[in-house]
Amino acid sequence: MAVERFPIEAGHIMLFARAIGDPNPIYYDPERAIAPPTFVQASAQFDPDYGLRPQIGRPWFGSGKTPSGLQRPAPSEGPSESGGGGGGGGERRGGGGGTGLHAEQHYEYHRPLRAGDVLTATTTPGQRWEKEGRRAGKLVFSESVTEYRNQDGELVVTARSVGVRTERAVEQ
Amino acid sequence: MTLKASELEEGQTFEAVVVENLTRTQIVQYAGASGDYNPIHTDEVFATQVAGYPSVFAHGMLTMGMTGRMLTDLVGDGRLLRFGGRFTSQVFPGDDLTTTATVEAVNEGDEPSVELKVSTTNQNGVEVFSGSAAARIDP
Repeated sequence: MAVERFPIEAGHIMLFARAIGDPNPIYYDPERAIAPPTFVQASAQFDPDYGLRPQIGRPWFGSGKTPSGLQRPAPSEGPSESGGGGGGGGERRGGGGGTGLHAEQHYEYHRPLRAGDVLTATTTPGQRWEKEGRRAGKLVFSESVTEYRNQDGELVVTARSVGVRTERAVEQ
Repeated sequence: MTLKASELEEGQTFEAVVVENLTRTQIVQYAGASGDYNPIHTDEVFATQVAGYPSVFAHGMLTMGMTGRMLTDLVGDGRLLRFGGRFTSQVFPGDDLTTTATVEAVNEGDEPSVELKVSTTNQNGVEVFSGSAAARIDP
């Protein structure tokens, strides 16, 4: 997975800040906006193949006439490559009980991320392991690491994401 | 706010309510902003009838985003060095979340920093995010 161009836009930062309930004025000032700490997750918006956004002209697995727009649950997509870069954090198409969930997310910040920067994101798959869970059956974990670099090629954020695919819905 | 190494002690805690009565609409807002439209978060019919959950639930990253707000309020803008953790329980509409940051270490010297343990819990005391952070601070 790679995002070739992730422009950091002031309006996008504002929408993101509203969504996380953060009234900090720096996020609402187009002249000096910096990105909130988890903002790079929104690079999913700029991933043309992102699986958790409806694609124009293609069936979507959410509800419409029927509870899911797909006849069968989408197959598991294998090791997570959507990771921190894809924004899905390893969450993949649900259905049939099992669900892709986000298990862990870790960020290292190398320099401030400002409106006007343009990033590229490169994701490499990491380890993969299994575990028997008490509340959701067999759990398959997969890790990915995404490096976000700015227009000058400087490393801005490193993101490590762990996704988990559960065998069934997590018991509450 | 700016933290000062000289005023911090190991074991010191900071706490803030990061959301009260989380709404489905806020979860949808987060889907729109982040680009993650997974119907387990945005589509009650799918979440209950297909995925088998009691309702839609929040993106882990919404919980982490709200937790991050508490941290940036505490340490200041652009001062985080690291922030990460595990999503230990799901967050549902109606939940109230509180984040606690505990000082684990204060590093003095040329580039002073603080290491924090970070925990977000719901109204029943169940931890939903368990992690840590580090930030630059003033001497």
